[in-house]
Amino acid sequence: MSTALGAALGVKGLVKRFRGLTATDHADLDFAAGELHALIGPNGAGKTTLINLLSGELQPDAGSITYDGRDITRRSVDQRARSGLVRSYQITSVFPEFTLLQNVMLAVQSLAGHSFSFMRDTRSDPRLIEPALAALELVGLGAQAALPVDTLAHGARRQLELAMVLALRPRVMLLDEPLAGMSGAEADEMVALLTRLKRRYTIVLVEHDMQAVFSLADRLTVLVAGRPIASGTPEAIRNDPRVRDAYLGDAQELM
Amino acid sequence: MSLSFLFVQLLNGVQFGMLLFLLSAGLTLVLGIMNFVNLMHGSLYMVGAYAAVAAFEKTSSFVAAGAIAVSATVLVGLVVERLVLRRLYRREHLAQVLATLGMIMIFNELVRFVWGASAQSMDVPAAFSQPILLLGLPYPSYRFVVIGVGALVGIGLYILIHRTRLGILIRAAAADPAMTANMGVNVRLLNSTVIGLGAALAALAGLMAAPLSSVQSGMGEPILIMTLVVIVTGGIGSVRGAFFGALIVGVIDTLGRTLLPTLLRELLDRSLAQAIGPAISSMLIYLVMAAVLVVRPQGLFPVKHG
Amino acid sequence: MRRTIASFGPREWCACALLSALALVPVWAQAIGEPYYLSLVTRIMVLALAAVGLNLVLGYGGMVSLGHALYLGVGAYAVGILSSHGISSGWVHLAAALVVGSAVAAAVGAVILRTSGMAFIMITLAFAQMAYFVVVGLKAYGGEDGLQIDSRSDFGVLQLSSAPVFYYVVLCCLLAVLWGLSRLVHSRFGMVLQGARINERRMAAMGVPCFRYRLVAYVLSAQIAVLSGVLMANLTKFASPSYMQWTLSGELIVMVVLGGMGTLAGPVVGAAVLLVLEEILSSVKLPLPGGLDTVINNHWLAVIGAFIVVVTLTMERGLFGSLRSGRRSA
Repeated sequence: MSTALGAALGVKGLVKRFRGLTATDHADLDFAAGELHALIGPNGAGKTTLINLLSGELQPDAGSITYDGRDITRRSVDQRARSGLVRSYQITSVFPEFTLLQNVMLAVQSLAGHSFSFMRDTRSDPRLIEPALAALELVGLGAQAALPVDTLAHGARRQLELAMVLALRPRVMLLDEPLAGMSGAEADEMVALLTRLKRRYTIVLVEHDMQAVFSLADRLTVLVAGRPIASGTPEAIRNDPRVRDAYLGDAQELM
Repeated sequence: MSLSFLFVQLLNGVQFGMLLFLLSAGLTLVLGIMNFVNLMHGSLYMVGAYAAVAAFEKTSSFVAAGAIAVSATVLVGLVVERLVLRRLYRREHLAQVLATLGMIMIFNELVRFVWGASAQSMDVPAAFSQPILLLGLPYPSYRFVVIGVGALVGIGLYILIHRTRLGILIRAAAADPAMTANMGVNVRLLNSTVIGLGAALAALAGLMAAPLSSVQSGMGEPILIMTLVVIVTGGIGSVRGAFFGALIVGVIDTLGRTLLPTLLRELLDRSLAQAIGPAISSMLIYLVMAAVLVVRPQGLFPVKHG
Repeated sequence: MRRTIASFGPREWCACALLSALALVPVWAQAIGEPYYLSLVTRIMVLALAAVGLNLVLGYGGMVSLGHALYLGVGAYAVGILSSHGISSGWVHLAAALVVGSAVAAAVGAVILRTSGMAFIMITLAFAQMAYFVVVGLKAYGGEDGLQIDSRSDFGVLQLSSAPVFYYVVLCCLLAVLWGLSRLVHSRFGMVLQGARINERRMAAMGVPCFRYRLVAYVLSAQIAVLSGVLMANLTKFASPSYMQWTLSGELIVMVVLGGMGTLAGPVVGAAVLLVLEEILSSVKLPLPGGLDTVINNHWLAVIGAFIVVVTLTMERGLFGSLRSGRRSA
């Protein structure tokens, strides 16, 4: 089945249409357990749609999705998240009114299976605070734990986003442009972090930053108009003529 | 229970449905296009009714009273829109609810101040005071006129929405308000137009209802709530939904109130039927709404969103 | 993160002052020989209780329930109906009210919580109206005129028939509920409820099915309103369909928003301000020219309406919420 860490994810014949536009066009993809698999492609290629289909926020019109050997096509977002398939968002989606620690504590809380506890104060509960702090330290935000989110710079918010994903102890992470809007230094830190996280999880990465993609990915898939046109190691993709054609003029980016 | 009784009640239901349609059509557009919870729609209905009664007293002409009532209400609607409502479009629904609740209070007191607390009444216009014969059965011709007016408005709205430029704007805004604003449409003008149209329809409803019910402070809210039931059942933003929803609600409510107690007396023992009959019949339309919500939460004839 | 007196700010001191004032009202009313004020403040607290309950779903849960008066009515009619059948035990009244109220809230919540936004607001209003018509239709229990209650609920030791005793009972209920909610909002349940309000999409993405938590919050909030209804029926010795009207639901929302939705005690302030304002406007002779004071006395609701419109347009966080908190809220 799967390794103790990470799990396998696959899609077969996946189709998603929006009022005449085919966003996902009979996609067949396999993400092996423990690998960091990047999804690249021109704008509008359907990368985020695919992430939405994998996470459950969109229901496909046809095709199936398997996770850890089981068909999860009909499962809801929260069911998938509870079984270890967790995503991060391209546009940071956190709880602005809370502190960083509380944000991550909410994630830790959901691991417990239910939150029907009405009296015990979460602000002094070590079972929530310790794992939350650990996740924040892992992404480098440990020192800012008590700060409210709205004091945070953009790059730090992306890190918080990742901390919340990690706090859920996922087996598969769907990361939608984690480096979006980051400065050079911030991006380097994030890449270093993601490198440390490899092997422990299966990671599906959507990114535009080609440098990061080529240094992180075990395998790459190129999406064009909703369909995977090439899949393989970074070297193979770099030299693939179909990929060059698809990027028309953006060929420099691949270098 | 005779067939003619059933027939008359069915027509009464359709007539009530037409009144509801006039109210729902305007309000559903405001809700759907402007995403604005306008609870004071009932107040516009009340203003229309009061204006009709006052104008009819002065002019003795139903048509003139109607014209005056509709113009006065549209004017009131546009003024309120400019002063108060416009500032609420971008606010959260809660703020909209609160402000329009405050407006309801103001209007209810205003009419009490001007006309006093006792109910006003208006006679059925002389031309329609005699019953007409439908399928050999007598039916009050005024109620039939209400049905006719409702049908005409329905056709008129259909033409407006599907055959005019304004209609295209309305449909576009209902399907995708953000995109419509981005395409350079004069949103302010569109908003005012939708509110004005809603006010006109509400006034028309008030005019038509005035000879049939008592015109008094607070008359707007019970019918507003039924209008909300119609809109939720039919689909928010959908005029077609308002039409069919209004007919369904009107017929079920009327038949329920008039037939159910009798039916229950046949099935249950008299005192029990007496005790629970009226209570159950008043629940019917809400149960229908709940059923629609469970099966088809977006309503029976939802607007397709882009 | 425990609060100490040293960290009290304007908001905390205001709450303390309010509490002390409330505790002394019966003494003061006795001293000046005006029992009316005692009943007025009791009424304020009863409605404040309902508003505090509403705040759980409105302020913390983000659900705009425009039909909460429904549960007040359930509480009141439980007392009324049981009394009319000769059952006067307060414990039975309370138990019956809570059981029926919870069942109704669970059923209603299961339907309405599938919707959101505008539809949710409209549907809560509709269901409350339905309950209103059902009760009006129950001719056996007074119908439109309402139901007289001969005597207050019998809780054994507590003699509710004594006004000061009843006052302190209501005050204790209010404080108990406030204390309970203060634990609840910081508990795991409370955090999930708030999380669902702030960012439901993220909650689902973290594996939390928000529906069940919202439903439980809705039922809890309804139970508090039911308690308020039981107390209201005892206060007025009357159960009226008007307790279920949209006007009362609207007033409760005004109280919550006026007082500030982000705090637990805010609705108490909102209730006090609104009801005192109503009292003043409707009965006090103000030194105004040209008979204006009579107009205001007769049409005070319009003044309240204008007040609500102005406050809504200008103040986004309510009166109490606008006061700065002593420590930056965690």
